[in-house]
Amino acid sequence: MSETLHTVAIEVNGKPCSGAVPPRLSLVDWLREELRLTGTHIGCEHGICGACSILLDGEPVRSCLMYTVQAHGHRVTTVEGLARPDGSLSVLQDSFCETHGLQCGYCTSGMLIAAQALLAANPDPTVEQIRDAIGGNLCRCTGYQQIVQAVQLAARRTREAASP
Amino acid sequence: MTSFRYIGTRRRAKEHPRFVSGRGRYVADVALPGMKHVALVASPHAAGRIVSVATGAALAAPGVVYVLTGEEFCANTDSLLIGVDAPKVTRWALARDVVRYAGEWVAAVVADTRALAEDAAELVEVEYDPLPHVIDPEAALQPDAPLVHPAHGSNVLYHRRFVWGPVEEAFAKAQHTLAFRAAWGRSATVPIETFGVAAQWNPGTELLDVWASIQMPKYPDQTARALRLPGNAVRVHYDVDVGGSYGVKRGIKHTVLVGYLAKRLGVPVRLIEDRLENMRGGDMQGPDRLFDMQVAFDGDGTIRALRIRAVDDVGAYAGRSPFQLGKPVTAICGPYRIPAVEYEPTSVMTNKTPQEAVRGFGQSPTNFAIERAIDRVARHLGMDRIDVRKQNFIGPAEFPYTIPSGSTYDSGDYHTVLGKALAAVDYPALVRACDAARRAGRLAGIGISTCLEPSGGNSAFEVLMNPKNENTTWMDSCLVRIDLAGSITGVINNSSSGQGHESLVATVLGEVLERDPATIRVVRADSLTALPSNSPVGSRMAIMLGGAAAGAAKEIRETLVAIAAHNFECSREDVEYRDGNVSLKGAPEKKLTWDQLVEIAHRKFHRLPPGKEPGLQAKFVWEVPTGGGIPTAEGRIQIYPCYAFEAHIVYVEIDPDTGKPSLGRYVCGHDCGVMINPDIVHGMTYGGIAHGIGAALYEKFSYTRDGQLASGTFMDYLIPGAMEVPVIAIVDHCTPSPLTTFGQKGSGEAGYLGAPAAIASAINDALEPLGTAIDTLPMTHLAIWQAIAAVRQRRPEAEGRALGSFPKHS
Repeated sequence: MSETLHTVAIEVNGKPCSGAVPPRLSLVDWLREELRLTGTHIGCEHGICGACSILLDGEPVRSCLMYTVQAHGHRVTTVEGLARPDGSLSVLQDSFCETHGLQCGYCTSGMLIAAQALLAANPDPTVEQIRDAIGGNLCRCTGYQQIVQAVQLAARRTREAASP
Repeated sequence: MTSFRYIGTRRRAKEHPRFVSGRGRYVADVALPGMKHVALVASPHAAGRIVSVATGAALAAPGVVYVLTGEEFCANTDSLLIGVDAPKVTRWALARDVVRYAGEWVAAVVADTRALAEDAAELVEVEYDPLPHVIDPEAALQPDAPLVHPAHGSNVLYHRRFVWGPVEEAFAKAQHTLAFRAAWGRSATVPIETFGVAAQWNPGTELLDVWASIQMPKYPDQTARALRLPGNAVRVHYDVDVGGSYGVKRGIKHTVLVGYLAKRLGVPVRLIEDRLENMRGGDMQGPDRLFDMQVAFDGDGTIRALRIRAVDDVGAYAGRSPFQLGKPVTAICGPYRIPAVEYEPTSVMTNKTPQEAVRGFGQSPTNFAIERAIDRVARHLGMDRIDVRKQNFIGPAEFPYTIPSGSTYDSGDYHTVLGKALAAVDYPALVRACDAARRAGRLAGIGISTCLEPSGGNSAFEVLMNPKNENTTWMDSCLVRIDLAGSITGVINNSSSGQGHESLVATVLGEVLERDPATIRVVRADSLTALPSNSPVGSRMAIMLGGAAAGAAKEIRETLVAIAAHNFECSREDVEYRDGNVSLKGAPEKKLTWDQLVEIAHRKFHRLPPGKEPGLQAKFVWEVPTGGGIPTAEGRIQIYPCYAFEAHIVYVEIDPDTGKPSLGRYVCGHDCGVMINPDIVHGMTYGGIAHGIGAALYEKFSYTRDGQLASGTFMDYLIPGAMEVPVIAIVDHCTPSPLTTFGQKGSGEAGYLGAPAAIASAINDALEPLGTAIDTLPMTHLAIWQAIAAVRQRRPEAEGRALGSFPKHS
């Protein structure tokens, strides 16, 4: 059962990447095993836990539910792509550290991706909107309290930095 | 109270930057050259004889390296350890001859990729001859029940009746008694990362290297033993980040399997459970317990005695799981002054996935049962639930307080903590809101629980429940090194799963040495270079690792003082240590700085005090503060030194048409003594409450009558998300422990010890006007709806608005 390989070209964290992949290779396996971008985690492989979340053309999606070939021609952002150009932590990443918005770190990449997508669309979200935005990401450590605080803090910091 | 420089202050965790930037290193990130991958073939039957295993088609599939069966594996490895006295209850990672639960692993396929291994696993043909099975734990106790392990002769792994104090007399003399049954459903902590392990055998060094997502005491020793290797032929790397555990990451069977394959095949081998393997065959399901409760009490609410009969279903095999009935011995009467207790635990096997240690180690189910009893006493007497609790609380002046089962509680102030929580929630206003909701026709209730968290103990429930298993030692350790450049490194001896041990140790070392924790690095030994540790179990690390780090740091400090005194040609009493520098008392200009002292220690032997070891390092190894004793003949024993306390208050409204509960305000008053890193303690407490909400309302490993797991995915095993967990307010209080280095107590299981009891209390308070109650967890939407529907059937007038109009308090 040898599998036909398909050529894909995908922009990952701003860099063009290409490869020859079997049709059933999931996007998360390609990111993790081929590109060694291991910051994206696998939790359930059936689309519920959100640990594998990435941005596809700016929208949060489950990379365990996508085949790599489906991402051909699209832009992918993983947690490794959230830092500032100089490699320092983004406001959002730094805010998670500040409010203790994580413990074991396993769901954290997905939480950051969900929050990044929210803040890009809504720079001043309510607590309810934050909870809704991370409602598809499961965390077993934090009870979500300090994650919500982190997103609130990041939104406030970003707004303050933008206003004169 | 002592004032601290770093302890108790808000500080960032050392671990966080690597996680938020995607640079953690979990076991699935460990990529070894030439590594092969395992997929598993699982039994579809709850019980059956294995007639044949045909591996030919799988072996011929693309990329397949090997197919291992139970026949080969069991012949070449030893059974895993069992804690209770049941030597015939043997257990291997792969079944041989018979399967005992649906999901049990029968064969392991090794291939170039996980996907190819999974493809080939479907080609392994196993023929079974189904056998009778038993799923219900009470049915398993009947004399004619099918035996899960016929060689053991019974399904009972452990049974004993403890009587502590004059129970008979108290029940005879009490003004009131009541009896009820409560049930705790089978759930677990279910970390988002499944268990995983990678292993590599080097025939040149005869050393097995292991990387695993592990939280387990004695893991390297047990791995070596089962593989028939010397202890020093297994090297477990503790610098692997663990993606959550909360007790359950005990993949010893997985590790022996992967270790065997790595050695047998001469290539690195990795097994990462997929979610179904984890839920069904990962052996990580938690306590599954029935409680038959009896309470004897007087008309003023004073409780005279308790009888607790507990039947716990451990599933098809037993590792340490029966011991989860042992820990509750140490807090068997909760925070209450109850002079006589009878406790009759039974551990029974059924054809279900085996049970493993879950956060609280059996204490949270017991707390739930005790708290149901307190609420029922209040209801029986028409008393306020808070008043009954206050009536029975051990008073702040009564500590140290020894309970009937022999454990001495170190310290506490339960009245004050509950009072703070009530004030924070504005209890009178909450009661008014509840009454208003009821008058408006809604089902509304307030939940209360007041519970203990025993912490930092040894493992003497082993000897309590099996006199042949005389284990009373439960040490932990820390090594501290100061290098030539003056940097401080703490070395710890276990992996961590989110508890922030690097931050804990850095804070403690900084505190004692008066150096900035941000400059201190904390690393992990591997199991061959490690000092002894028993891993982060039983809320022990703030006490045991924190204490060990402090002990080592104090030795370093003493050494620096000795070096300075020697160089100043004075006695130690004449110098003082400040910020790492040592100066002559009264002459601060006469000083040796940290850098100068470090240089003397490392490079200037001629300036070292005679007999001083060169270099600058110290190790500290210690036993739990209350030591390790053997139980009395009646089973009285001290296991845990410290007892933290938590008071939960939660508001709930239930949709009467769907049974859906919505949690409103949630306040947790918490006293775990001195908090070393408050953000970490709060975070674990929030998480424990969220987990408790899951156990109370949503999470259950359900089995069909055929013994099939019906909730093996996150679509049917429901984990609370951000929309289910309400805003939680924690109110801190600090009663220092007199037994620990800084007054700290454990807190790793905080929140979870009281949340399920509080939510059960709230749901029942909401249902009380209907004259119905639920004492079974989880209280799912369906269970609540059924309880409401049953009332409506009996009393049609309870329809609609008539549900309301039950003001809460007169």
